[in-house]
Order: sequence, then C-alpha cells, then structure tokens
Amino acid sequence: MIEDQTAARKGWMSLLAKAPPDRLAALLPDLPDHALLRSPESGSVMVRGRIGASGGPFNLGEMTVTRCSVRMGCGTVGHAWVQGRDKSHARRAAVVDALMQTEAAAGLRASVLDLLAAEAEQARTIRAAKAAATKVDFFTMVRGEDA
Amino acid sequence: MIADTLSGGFADAPTQSARAFRAILEAMARPGTIHTVTAAQPPAPLSVAAGVALLTLCDGTTPLHLAGTVDRAEVRDWVAFHTGAPLVAAEEAAFALGRWEALAPVNRFRIGQPDYPDRSATLIVEMDRLTNHGPALTGPGIEIATWLNLPETAGFRANRALFPLGFDTIFTCGDRIAALPRSTRVEAV
Repeated sequence: MIEDQTAARKGWMSLLAKAPPDRLAALLPDLPDHALLRSPESGSVMVRGRIGASGGPFNLGEMTVTRCSVRMGCGTVGHAWVQGRDKSHARRAAVVDALMQTEAAAGLRASVLDLLAAEAEQARTIRAAKAAATKVDFFTMVRGEDA
Repeated sequence: MIADTLSGGFADAPTQSARAFRAILEAMARPGTIHTVTAAQPPAPLSVAAGVALLTLCDGTTPLHLAGTVDRAEVRDWVAFHTGAPLVAAEEAAFALGRWEALAPVNRFRIGQPDYPDRSATLIVEMDRLTNHGPALTGPGIEIATWLNLPETAGFRANRALFPLGFDTIFTCGDRIAALPRSTRVEAV
C-alpha cells in the first residue's frame, strides 16, 4: 500500500518537475492558502546515470534545480524539486504535491496532471518521430567466407 | 508530529541567515559579549539561539554531533530537513551541540592540526542562563576584560594552552548567544 502511494507520488512529482512552468501556471493560476516550510531556493544537483556497459554510476553533469516545501491549511505537506530556476514553478509544484494527497486529488488529476501527461507524451512522440525520420538502415554485405 | 520537524526554519533565509551570521561573528570577535538572535523555532529542548546557530553554520559538509538530551528523534529530523548536516560521533564532528555536562570530556573533540588549525570543532553549549558575571576574560577582541558565567574554567584554560590548536565555543540561552574562541584567556577561579 505504501509502495503504491510512493510510486504514484513519484509519478506526479516527476511530471510536475519536468512540466513547462508557463503551462503549469496557466492550468493552475490561483493557489490555495499555504505556508512555506522551505521557501523556494535554487541550486545544482549532479545527475548520475548508468552509462557504461558495466553499469557503474557515471556523473553525467550538473543541472539547476529549484526546491520548495509547503504546508497547506489542513496540515498536508508537499515537496517539489523542479528543473530550472523558476521559483513560482517550484512553489506551484509543491502545492500540487500537497493537494494530491487530499480529497482534491481526483479533480486535480483530471484538470492538471492528465493534461500535462498527455502533452509530455505528445512532445515525446513528435521528438521520437523526428529522430526516426533520420534513421539509416545499414546492411552488411555477405562476406566471402560465410557463403 | 512530522509537521513539527519541518517547521521552524528561516522564513526569509537570505536576510535572516545574514543577520544571524553577523551576530555570531560579532559574538566570536568580541568574546564575552551577549547578542540576541531570532527567527528560528527549533523543536524542544533546543533553544532559539542554538537553532539559529545550526541553521546558519551547518550544512551537508559539516558533520554534527548531538550530545545528551538534545540527541532525540525530533531534533535529528529537524537538523536533517533544515541543514542536511550528517550526524557523527564526537571525534569526527565539526560542530557539537549539547549541555556542557553532556559534551564532557571535551578533549575528545577535534582541535585541528599544527598546519591546519581550522580543522577543529566548534561546540554549541546550551546554558540555563547567560550573564556577564563570572570569570574574567582577556585577550584578542577584548579591550580590558569581560566577564561571562562559564560552566567551568579548567577546561577552557586547558584549551587556551593548546593555542593555536583547540576548539571554539558558542554559548546559547533562549534567544541570546555569546562565544569564547580558543584565543581568549580565562581567569583562574
């Protein structure tokens, strides 16, 4: 049960972190009352990945992130780490994270998260299609010794 | 319960931490003077001043030791959320927090090395009261003499004898803060 909640929360936090700040602001112009536990602050994090064939961690590079933590009037706590240095984006994402743990979750999912997910998927598809158009199929000549 | 450990940090970190740092700097530069700090609400039993000192001085690169009654889950969670300082044993700590009795024996803390005297610990000592009555202090930053109610004198005199090595001390009580750097000479009483 806890794992299910964590996985779902990971999903929407990831979506909010990567969403375009302007789009999120357009979808959710007004924020309900909340208190800042950690006011928005930007910094850099090292992005690591398993790039090599051996699977060892590799420092891919640093990226700018902004983090924020809020508490809603009902006591629910929301956290956000978003890419870029847009402080209102981090704050908005933290509020959405908090609201997603309350009864407002279903409405918010329909009005904000599903739209963001659809747009992200569409952007990914377009990019994949552009990349696919440049694909080159190589073929290997039959070599003498195989014949 | 979770909310308590998440609240109480600086609401306006750039301004408040700069003011707090200035107060701590003044206290350290003029040993024995008492300064007032505000803006942190750490969980009990930490005083406001101890919370301010932690928020201002500690981060992920400064190992912290919690001694005695302050080593409890609320304080550990609060430190983790607001500063990210790793909690370590006394021998490895860059900062140590607790009452003087809990910090003893103080010779287990780092005093630096002859070529790197800055690799030493700073003790944040929680006090029941903080007044300018007590052993006389003389030395750098003090015009003639100041007085401060130190918890003991022998430990600080032994620390002064190690100069330029030794630990530095910050005293906190409520929202007031004072300091005793290793360079200050403490009167024998």
